[in-house]
Order: sequence, then C-alpha cells, then structure tokens
Amino acid sequence: MEEMNEEHADQTLILTGNEAAAWAARRAKVHVVTAFPITPQTTVMEAIAQFVDAGKMNSQFIRMESEHSVMAGMVGASMTGARTFTATSGQGLLYMAELVHWAAGARLPVVTTIASRGIAPPWNIWVDYSDVLSMRDTGWMIQFASTHQEIFDSVIINYKVAENTEVMLPAFVAYGGFTQSHTAKPVEIPGEDRIDNFLPPPPKGGWPHLCLDPDRPIVHGNIMMPHQEYMEFRFKIHETMERATSVIKKAIREFKDDFGRDYQGLIETYLSEDAEYLLVTVGALAEQAKDAVDSLRKRGVRAGLAKLRYYRPFPTEDLVALLEGGNLKAVAVADRSIAYGSPTGGHISSDFYSVLRQTRKEITYLPVVWGLGGRDVTVEEQVGLFEDLREFHEGGRVGGRNKLIYGTLWVGLR
Amino acid sequence: MNEKKPKAHRKSGLPTDTRWQDLPHVPVSLGVMGSIGKTGEWRILRPEISREKCNRCGMCYLYCPEGTMILKSGTGPEVNLTYCKGCGICASECPRKAIAMKPENTDRNNGRNE
Amino acid sequence: MALKELLAVEYTEEYLLAGNSACAGCVSELALRWALKALGPKTVVVSPASCANVYIGVWPGASPTVPFINMAFAAGASAASGIVAGYEALGKDDITVMTWAGDGGTVDIGIQALSGAIERGTNFIYVCYDNEIYANTGTQRSGSTPLAAVTTTTPFGKRENKKDIAKIIAAHEIPYVGVVNGADPQDVFDTFRKIKDIKGTKFVHLFSPCPPGWRFDPSESIEIARLAVKSGMWILWEQENGVFSLKKGSRRYLNKESRISVDEYLRRQGRFNLASEEEIRKLQDWVDQNWDEIRRRLACEEKGR
Repeated sequence: MEEMNEEHADQTLILTGNEAAAWAARRAKVHVVTAFPITPQTTVMEAIAQFVDAGKMNSQFIRMESEHSVMAGMVGASMTGARTFTATSGQGLLYMAELVHWAAGARLPVVTTIASRGIAPPWNIWVDYSDVLSMRDTGWMIQFASTHQEIFDSVIINYKVAENTEVMLPAFVAYGGFTQSHTAKPVEIPGEDRIDNFLPPPPKGGWPHLCLDPDRPIVHGNIMMPHQEYMEFRFKIHETMERATSVIKKAIREFKDDFGRDYQGLIETYLSEDAEYLLVTVGALAEQAKDAVDSLRKRGVRAGLAKLRYYRPFPTEDLVALLEGGNLKAVAVADRSIAYGSPTGGHISSDFYSVLRQTRKEITYLPVVWGLGGRDVTVEEQVGLFEDLREFHEGGRVGGRNKLIYGTLWVGLR
Repeated sequence: MNEKKPKAHRKSGLPTDTRWQDLPHVPVSLGVMGSIGKTGEWRILRPEISREKCNRCGMCYLYCPEGTMILKSGTGPEVNLTYCKGCGICASECPRKAIAMKPENTDRNNGRNE
Repeated sequence: MALKELLAVEYTEEYLLAGNSACAGCVSELALRWALKALGPKTVVVSPASCANVYIGVWPGASPTVPFINMAFAAGASAASGIVAGYEALGKDDITVMTWAGDGGTVDIGIQALSGAIERGTNFIYVCYDNEIYANTGTQRSGSTPLAAVTTTTPFGKRENKKDIAKIIAAHEIPYVGVVNGADPQDVFDTFRKIKDIKGTKFVHLFSPCPPGWRFDPSESIEIARLAVKSGMWILWEQENGVFSLKKGSRRYLNKESRISVDEYLRRQGRFNLASEEEIRKLQDWVDQNWDEIRRRLACEEKGR
C-alpha cells in the first residue's frame, strides 16, 4: 500500500476496497475503532492497526475478542459522543446481530463497512450479500458501494447523513468480498482539510438525544410497558428512515459540490430514460452491467440500468419515477443474495413488488437471483439476462441456460 | 458537598395525549424516587421505632437496602413509609432491638395485604 | 473505614433512589447503594441483563441518578470497554466506568467479554453481584449455583458445584480482584473507595443473598451473609497485583475451630431443603479444601518473602 506524504494533500493511491474503507475511517477522524478479524474484511482492521500504531490515525483501537463485543463496544463508545467505526462480514455480522439492533434502537450514528460473504454452513468467503441483507430490518441504513472510490466516499457521506440530528441512525456500507475487498484500483483520497470541511467533528456535548455525561445523568434502556410508547418509538425509527431520503440526497449533492463526484442519489441510472428493458441491481455487478448495456445498445436493443445504491431506506419514490419512463416494457431485478421462502427468493426483488404496485403502467417483471457464494457473473451472462427478459416479456417463458422456477430466474443454476 | 440534588418526588409519566411527534429520538429515563410507584403500598409489616430505646447509632440507616431510613439530626431515624418495603432488616440489625415490625392495617389497604 | 464514619453527612446523598422494584431485603440493592456512595456521581454504570437491569424501574423514571445504561446480557464488559475508549478519545479521564453484572452475566454468558476486557487492560470496575442464580428470570441455576441448591431448572438440587469465578479472574493479569460481602456496607464502601483510582481492571465478586431465590425471610438477609462468612463458604480475600491476602472479615476463619459448620448456614435457606447428607458433606469438604489451599498459598507467599 502506498503511503501518504502529507495528510493535507490530495492524492491518488492504488488501494484495495478494504484499504479504501480503512482510509475513509482515517479521513473521517473516527474516535474509536473496535476490531475483530473475519475474512474477507480482515485487512480493513489490519490497515487501521497500521495507521493507529504508526501514529497516523488518532483513534482508540480496541482489539475485541468477538464480533458481539465489537458492536457492544461501538454502542458504548458512541454513547459517550465518540465517532465510531468497524468492519465485518458474514458470520461476524450475524454474531453481532443482537447489538446491531441495539445500535439502531439507541439511534447511534455508527458506520460499519461489510465485505459481504456467503453464510455458513458450508464455509463460503466470497461475495454474496445475504449477510448484510439479513440485517435489512434492523433500522440501519444500507448502502451498496459498487466501486472502490465509492467505498471511500460512501463512508464519509454516511457519517454526515447518520450524524444529522434529524436522522441519528447507523449505516452499513456493503461491498463484495474478494471481488472488491481484495482487488486494487486507483482511489482519490482528498486531503483531510477538505474532508473536515464536508464532515465536521461530532458535537462537543455528545449526541443531543443520548450522551453518557455525569453532569446530565440519564438512564437508557430500562423497561417500557405495553401501554406506554414502545410502538411510537419504533414507528419513529421507520419514519426517520423515510425522511432520511432527503438528507441523503442533500449530502450527495454537497459531496458533488465539494469533491466533484456525482452519485446522483439513492439510485444511479445509466441510459434508463428511454430504455425498454431495464435491469435493477446492486454492487459491482451493477457497475459491470453498464458494459452489458453498452453492448446491447450497439445492437439496437434499448437496454438500461438502475443501480440501487441505498436499499434502506428503500427508494420507492425514485424507483416509481423510474418506472414511469416512457418506453419501459420490462424490468428485471437481480439479487446477489437469497431470501428463502420469500415471494421471489431474493430480498430486493421481493421488496420491489411495492414499487410495481404503485406505478400505473403495465410492466413485465422478472425477479432474478445470480452469483451466490461468489459465483461469477460475466458480462455475457448479463447480456444474456436482457435477452431472457425480452423473451419473457414477449412470450412469458425463458429458453436458454437460465432456469425460471417459481417465477424467478436463477442465472446459471445447474 | 454535592449541590446537585436528585429530582425526588417528581411524578413520572407522560401526558396521556402524547403523540409520536412529541417524543424524543430515544426513551431516556431520569432518576426519580418511586420509579414504579409507591412501593410502600405492598408492605405487610412496617417498622416502628421506639424512641426510648433508640440511641441514634445509625445502623438501621446503614443496612436499609432501599435507603428509606432517613437519619434526621436531633430526632433520629425516620421511616419513609411511601417507599419502605417492610423487609425488616432494620429491626434485625438494630443493636438495641429498638425497632419492631408491626403488621400493616389491612383495612387501610383495602384487604390488599392478604 | 469504621462503620460509624459512613454516617458522615458527605455520604448521605443517595444515588440509587427509593421506590424501585427490587425485592424487599435485596442485598444487591444495598450493595449498589453503598458502591455508588463510595464512587460518587462521576460514575457511569453498565448494567447487562440482571435483576438491577429491571428493578431500577419503568421508563420514564429510574432509580439511579448517575448515567446508567441497560445492555445486552453478554455485553456487560464489552460495552464498558467501548465507553472507556470513547472517554479516552474525547479526553475525559475523570469518569469511573463500572459494569454491575449478575453471576449469570459474568460466569456464564458474559465470561468471554469479561476475559477479553481484562486481557486488554481495560480501565474499569467489573462487579459480579452473586446471588448464585439467574434471579431476574425467576431463579434458574447458573454456573455460580452451589451443589444441592434447588432452582427452577434444578428442581431436585443442582448436581454440580459452583464455578469459582474469582479464581478464574485472578488467573488473568489483573491489578485487583476482591471478594466482598455485599451485605456489609463497610466492606462495600471501603472496597470501592480503594479501587476507584487503580488503573486497569478491578474485579469485585460481591456476595448477594437473595430472599426469594434462596428462600429465607427478607429480614434475615444480613444474617445469612454473616453465616456464609462464618462458615467459610464465602471467603473474603483480595489479590492485588498478584499478591493474595485474606481480608480482615475472613482471617479468623483460617482456623477451622472458628468456623461454624456449613450445615448451620445451609439449613437457614429453603433452597437446600433437598440436600442429602452426602451433599452436605461434600460441601463441607469443599469448604475445608478451599481453606487448606489458602493456607498453603499464604505459606508459600510467606516463604517467598
């Protein structure tokens, strides 16, 4: 990994996805990092350990003894008013599940990067978003980063969104295990002053709604009876998520003004305005699908792409607006995760029915599952998917290698 | 001497017409006496102090788990009957056997002390 | 500090207010009351699932007047670890962080987080208030329940003896381990006063007899604790930087003649009603062996000097 000469200069470094996450924590000047290794996230922690012990990052670095303790430590540290960061994957994320709920319930603005991997048994350490998506209803915002630059930028943006006093919700930034965590790309690292300008430090008195301060003693978490306002407090988290869409969009606009990179919003579209066949998906495969769309466009097929950046809050409004696009005939939503027993077998594609319900247009809908456990999905297969989508739209059936079972297309299923 | 006094005797409870918009982000609680009500109402025995026998040694105040044995300078210990649970530790520990545990008046409690 | 000195006006402020749902005669409540008086208002308490977690009362009120957070059962020590790091990062070095956990949350589900926190040299106080059961959930057995005790999950008596958590913790590199009689305000106050300014982890194993769980009358809580110490079943000792010593309250019981029989302690509690003669003998032997071991350890340390 290349080293920075100065904290203040802008530099472009060749970094793995994990290193980009570590750099983001460094630039965000987090106060406390709690750490526990798990493949494929481990090198995030190792990079931060190097930064901290070499004096380049002024953070408390707690080498916890389990992921459950990692998130408990995050919750504790955040309650003192500190900015906190950690990273995990797969089994580790599942082990901390109880405390993932705690962080959201306590409305603590922690940010965690997830290098997504398959869930055991059997062991599978390669890209599969089932881990982060099993946390989808916990009250955390969930964003997928589809490029290395986006991993770095998203951590910074999500701190700004999370720490907004009207939001105060934690956020996951998820990206693909090995495909993104361990491959290297050039990443622009702005100087710390520019980041400080965009992301100011946490308030001195701690988070206004919850701070462990002996001068203003409070008790948090004690029992609440059914006739009391438990339901209302739960509702408020959901309501905040819905409202957070505008805070997210504003932060993305400000990021574009400060740093020149435009992430558009909760979704990022590519040639979708006049598309007849649209693919909605997440992560690096969404970025890759731009090549498939280009290839199809050359052949005269009006293909388009919508990259879902935020999955929570679910960008219903933006997706409904997308579907209102004049020429749209059919849309495929592809999950790189599996939701057993759900309406479609995929998380996002199941949720997408709510969008279809709200549009007035008649659109053919094809849920898709691909790439589980790190199985490769090539550009050719993505092109093939559009062809399947067209075939499905025209005849309601799909020939070829992909299998249409219980209404969902399983790419490459043997 | 600590000037900050805890907010004692503040009635805990929200107005009944509270709406979700009026609530803070998270429920936090403030230190109050009687966080679950007048616990003294559950008592079946109450401590009675014999002023003749009491030499104001303070053991009852020290051993009371609830902190409802208040030491008044001059007059000696007094029981906060709103919150005293009637455990009887004060009576057991009094070196002078100056405290007796007497049954609560069941009429007063509407037969609650069965 | 002499018992009478605790009557001084500077210790009259209550940091655990009355009118909560602790059982009548709860020793852990008495101990928390005196621990907080000793530590003062610049204390933050982490309370994993346990009696204290619940008896402090219903939102929007609560008993403590110091910052006090409820925490998941297994996370008592790890959340505290995070709080300590947060304060350190923010430059607040005058706040005492204390985990107040039960035996369930320490000896069983919480042991991993505790061991990790100690190994990292976390600067906090960890208290295990031991009522020898999972009391909050209605007296199920824990790893700290003694042999023959009746609990709802050992309705005919537990077949295994108690896990000695203080010894396990003492095997870590830890500046302070102390065993305290929770029913003795003097022992509690003096201990917390002493350990407040030690750097590193301070582990306190606090005896907390439980009237409903152990089945004795609430007025006898303090006396039951005395009998436990007199019989030698609860031994008051300290280990400071690896050096073991018996506390004043237990020193005389090194002499077996001074100890009352274990049976005199057991028969005052309903939870031992089903204990067989053999089990009582086993418990007596176990107590005698513990004391023999202490005698040998003290002799070794004496020789070593």
